[in-house]
Amino acid sequence: MQEQWVEQTVYQRPESLSKNPTHYCPGCTHGLIHKLIGEVIDELAIRERTIAVAPVGCSVLLYNYFELDSAEAAHGRAPAMATGLKRVQPDKIVFTYQGDGDLASIGIAEIMWAAIRGENITTFFINNAIYGMTGGQMAPTSLPGQVTGSSPLGRDVEMTGMPIQMAEILAGLPGTTYAVRRSVHDIRTIKDAKKAIRTAFRVQMAGAGFSFIEFLSSCPTNWGLTPSRALDWIRQNMVPYYPLGDYKVADIVKELR
Amino acid sequence: MQEEMIFSGFGGQGALFAGMVLAYAGMDSGKNLTWIPSYGPEMRGGTAHVTVIIGDEEIGSPITRYPSAAMALNSPSLEKYEPLVKEGGVLVYNSSLISRVHQRSDIRYIPVPANEVATNLGNVKMANMVALGALVAVTKVLPLEAVAQALRDHLPESKRDLVEPNLEALRRGAELGTSVVP
Amino acid sequence: MAKELLKGNVAIAEAAIRAGVQAYFGYPITPQTELLEHMSLRMPQLGRVFLQAESELAAINMVYGAASAGVRVMTSSSGPGFSLMQEGLSYIACSEVPVVLVDIMRGGPGLGNIQPTQADYNQLTKSAGHGDFRSIVLAPSTVQEAIDLTVLAFDLAEKYRTIVIVAGDGMIGQMMEPAELPAMHALRSARPDWALTGAKGRQKNVISSLRLNADNLEDVNKRLQAKINRIRAAEARYEQVLTDDAEILIVAFGTTARIAKTAIREARRQGIPAGLLRPITLFPFPNAPFKELSVGSQQAKGVKAILVVEMSAGQMVEDVQLAVQGRLPVRFYGRTGGAVPLPDEILDQILMLAHRMDEAPTSGESFAMAA
Repeated sequence: MQEQWVEQTVYQRPESLSKNPTHYCPGCTHGLIHKLIGEVIDELAIRERTIAVAPVGCSVLLYNYFELDSAEAAHGRAPAMATGLKRVQPDKIVFTYQGDGDLASIGIAEIMWAAIRGENITTFFINNAIYGMTGGQMAPTSLPGQVTGSSPLGRDVEMTGMPIQMAEILAGLPGTTYAVRRSVHDIRTIKDAKKAIRTAFRVQMAGAGFSFIEFLSSCPTNWGLTPSRALDWIRQNMVPYYPLGDYKVADIVKELR
Repeated sequence: MQEEMIFSGFGGQGALFAGMVLAYAGMDSGKNLTWIPSYGPEMRGGTAHVTVIIGDEEIGSPITRYPSAAMALNSPSLEKYEPLVKEGGVLVYNSSLISRVHQRSDIRYIPVPANEVATNLGNVKMANMVALGALVAVTKVLPLEAVAQALRDHLPESKRDLVEPNLEALRRGAELGTSVVP
Repeated sequence: MAKELLKGNVAIAEAAIRAGVQAYFGYPITPQTELLEHMSLRMPQLGRVFLQAESELAAINMVYGAASAGVRVMTSSSGPGFSLMQEGLSYIACSEVPVVLVDIMRGGPGLGNIQPTQADYNQLTKSAGHGDFRSIVLAPSTVQEAIDLTVLAFDLAEKYRTIVIVAGDGMIGQMMEPAELPAMHALRSARPDWALTGAKGRQKNVISSLRLNADNLEDVNKRLQAKINRIRAAEARYEQVLTDDAEILIVAFGTTARIAKTAIREARRQGIPAGLLRPITLFPFPNAPFKELSVGSQQAKGVKAILVVEMSAGQMVEDVQLAVQGRLPVRFYGRTGGAVPLPDEILDQILMLAHRMDEAPTSGESFAMAA
């Protein structure tokens, strides 16, 4: 007897992602995080009212990878631009996607104030402890002793201060409704990350205030590691300094779950 | 015909407001005019002044070095503007606070005891209206009644009860002003 | 509508509201603060957006965001704040979203002071950010004109998808004059087809100033330059006062121009035929009236000398010289740092110039610039 094969779709590209191949380096987790965001946007059926704001940094071309109305902001100013977009059309879903240099260094004022105002936007913060696009310089999140293009002898925290922990800082602001840190270095953390993305968007859809997810992300090229070693590096070196977890989950978020 | 006036006094004496009442009166009389204050740190105390220019033609410069009339509510204002008033011009000053020998013979000095008159009418804050009454009466820049009407029309709703006393201050100032001028 | 006694800053704010501005983002700075304060009261009353930003840097990027959504939006500032906005302006220029800005100029450089100047001229007309772009710059001389030009600014910004700057100074911002406001313009509900409103039933829209490929970026630049040339050809505006028989032509803009009018009246009373050419658009600079000037000499009637008067060290002089193309001597008188040239100072300059012309014919000769 012949077996009956039934075709069943078990996976496909999210509608919210474009078919353009990304320019990201092999093993970089930007693409993975894009995919998770795209899947959640599809699942929540908000693609047609979502606007993405891209940063300056490796994800500067983000608008090529999403099938979303998109803006490309000046370096660090994505939260301000998103504020303008959202305030004049509160029915839209507006998110920024920013790297560590963009958000935690040059754009620290804009992200703090978006959170302080409780701006009803969502920010995805990609922390890979390095300036990727300019070729591997020290980031505000580079770890103590980390060797980079601009800290060739290792990050000297006596001179530069300690790495900045954005999820904790933003969680301390009353305007923040949801602030968590996630990673994408293995299956379990990827699944947790996707859940958080869903929660963050739902916070915004409910008009409940500022939602923020920090992702620990890999940069094999500038860390000088293979893709799989880079994922190990996240777990071994980044997670201890940047513990995964929920730093602010306002009561209203619990009602959304 | 264009009258170029400077109103000057301590912050809080109401020099700017006096100028504004006159500006409203000018506008309601169909005149061209400009009102431009000193702004910035002087607002926080010290001497504040405003330049008001009223005329029939388009106003060119909104500021002037040599005003045709000046109102000095305090001594520093008098010292500043006495030398600058145009020949034949008018200098109204608050004689309650200023006693000084007149330095010039080519301008008309109009001393008005503005603080005393205002205090007698119930509120020293109306000294500016006393001085304004004198300035309007002497310069004849506008009919006094036009200025009185501007007070009635433009004083904010919350200060309605102050209209009558201010009108009285204006009238008293006008009488005092004209009594000085022969 | 009846005239109201309006302060320049308030008049500009209310004119923008009547013109249908849907969002205002700004940061307090003297001498423009009343503009922001008026917006803070009126915009929420009308159900529109007012937001006091954390800095001018944030304000201009909020403006960029709202403009990307296709609504009428504006901000206002003064020199130090305007400098911070230059980053955003460059992005806005490249992205071609319509934006209206108001610069109420104050003394500089640096923190300077809060008195009036016109020393942002070069910044506004020539270098309001990195890269090749120009903004339309409108320079009102009266409160009424500030109102009219603010309304025009929104129309031009949308017509050309460009930045339009209303350039005033502390004097016009703080001055009150009787003026008439326009009727309330209905808010537009439709959005332009390029706006970021969500990709519903259409391809996605992208607002970006990034073009990594040189050819692509050159194409953008060519388009911007073509647009700038259309603006040059169509939008130059100016006023001429008593120029028909003028031998001394004063060129001045904004409040300086009206101060010059007083000096010109007095000069004429003394028998000196002076006139005024007042650029209303600083960019595009009105070249045409300079080309049409009849150049005078001892024999022929016409303009014998030009006197540029500014509250700066002479930033507009180069534009006047380019327009005059060496046909006439161009002299300059200016005050800086917040000092204002008074009518008698300008009159003295006119008298000196008239005297020198009598002494020695000056056709072809260029006077040295004197500050």
